[in-house]
Amino acid sequence: MVNIAVMGDYDSIYGFQALGIRVCPVTDPEEAARLLKKLAEEKTAVIYITEALASRMPDALAAYDSEFLPAVIPIPGISGNTGIGLARVRKSVEKAVGTDIIFNER
Amino acid sequence: MASTQIIPTRMELAKQKRRLATAMRGHKLLKDKRDELMRQFLDLVRENKTLRESVEEKMRRANAGFLMARAATSDQVLNTALLAPKQQIYLETHVKNVMSVEIPEFEKTTRTENEGDIFSYGFAFTASELDDAVSTLSSALPELLRLAEVEKSCRLMSEEIEKTRRRVNALEHQIIPDAQSKIKFITMKLDENERSSQIRLMKIQDMMVAEAIEKAKQRG
Repeated sequence: MVNIAVMGDYDSIYGFQALGIRVCPVTDPEEAARLLKKLAEEKTAVIYITEALASRMPDALAAYDSEFLPAVIPIPGISGNTGIGLARVRKSVEKAVGTDIIFNER
Repeated sequence: MASTQIIPTRMELAKQKRRLATAMRGHKLLKDKRDELMRQFLDLVRENKTLRESVEEKMRRANAGFLMARAATSDQVLNTALLAPKQQIYLETHVKNVMSVEIPEFEKTTRTENEGDIFSYGFAFTASELDDAVSTLSSALPELLRLAEVEKSCRLMSEEIEKTRRRVNALEHQIIPDAQSKIKFITMKLDENERSSQIRLMKIQDMMVAEAIEKAKQRG
C-alpha cells in the first residue's frame, strides 16, 4: 500500500504519479484540510503539500506538528516558492532556542 | 517569602530538605537533557536547511519541466500516460529515540525491484520534457524523503526542548529558591525557639536558687 501522498493543484503534482506516490489534486483550503485529516487517519506517513496551498491553511498543518505521524512537508509547486517551508523551519528554531540563530546570517 | 503558611517544625524542615534535594537533582538532569537535545537539534536543523534548499532547487527544475510537458502534450495523452504507474512506494516507519523524543525514520520499499522503473508510458506520444522532469523528480526523491524525516524530527524536538526549558527554568527560579527560603525560615525559627526555652530554663534556675537561699536564711 502506498503511504506517501502529495497534495496541491494538479499541474504541480501530477508528475509524482510516475514515482508511485499517491496524488491528491485539491485547491480549496477547506477541502484540503478535510483530505489531510482523512490521509492522516489512513496512516499516511509523509504528506507533501504545495507551498501555495500550505500557506492558505496554516492551522490545519499546525494540528499535526506535535503528532508523530504524518510528516506534513511543504514543497514548492508550479507557482514558485513562497518561502513557507523555510519559514516553518525557522519557526521551530525560534521555538527551541528562543531566537533565530540559523537563518539570520543572511 | 511564602513563609506565612508553613509551620516551623522539624518534620516540615525534613520535608523541605527532601524536596530541595529532589529539585536539585531534577534540575541537573533536565539541564543535561536540554543541552544534549539542543546540540542534536542544531545539527539536525542545519541539515534541514541545506536539504530544503537543494530540494527546492530540484523541485523548481522538475516543475519547469512538467509545465513544459503539460503545454506540449494534450491532457488526454498526459493522463493516459500517468494513469497506471508502474512504480509504488511504501514507507516502513521506524521509531528512533533521541533523549526520550521519538522521531521517525523512513525506509523506502518500491514495488518493482528496479528503482528507476518510473516510466509508465511509451515515449512515442509524450513530450521529451516529461521524461526529463520525471527523472529529475525521481532523483530528488531520496532527498525529499530525508527532508521529511529531518523536518519532522526538528519539529518534534523543538517541542520537547521548549518543554524541557520551561521545566528547567521553573526549577531554577521558582522551586529551588522557594525551598531554600523555607528551610532558612524554619531553621531560624527553630533556633529562636531553642534560645527562648534555654533562657526560660536559666531564669527558672535563677528563681529556684534565689528561693533556696531565702529559705536557708530563714532557717539560719
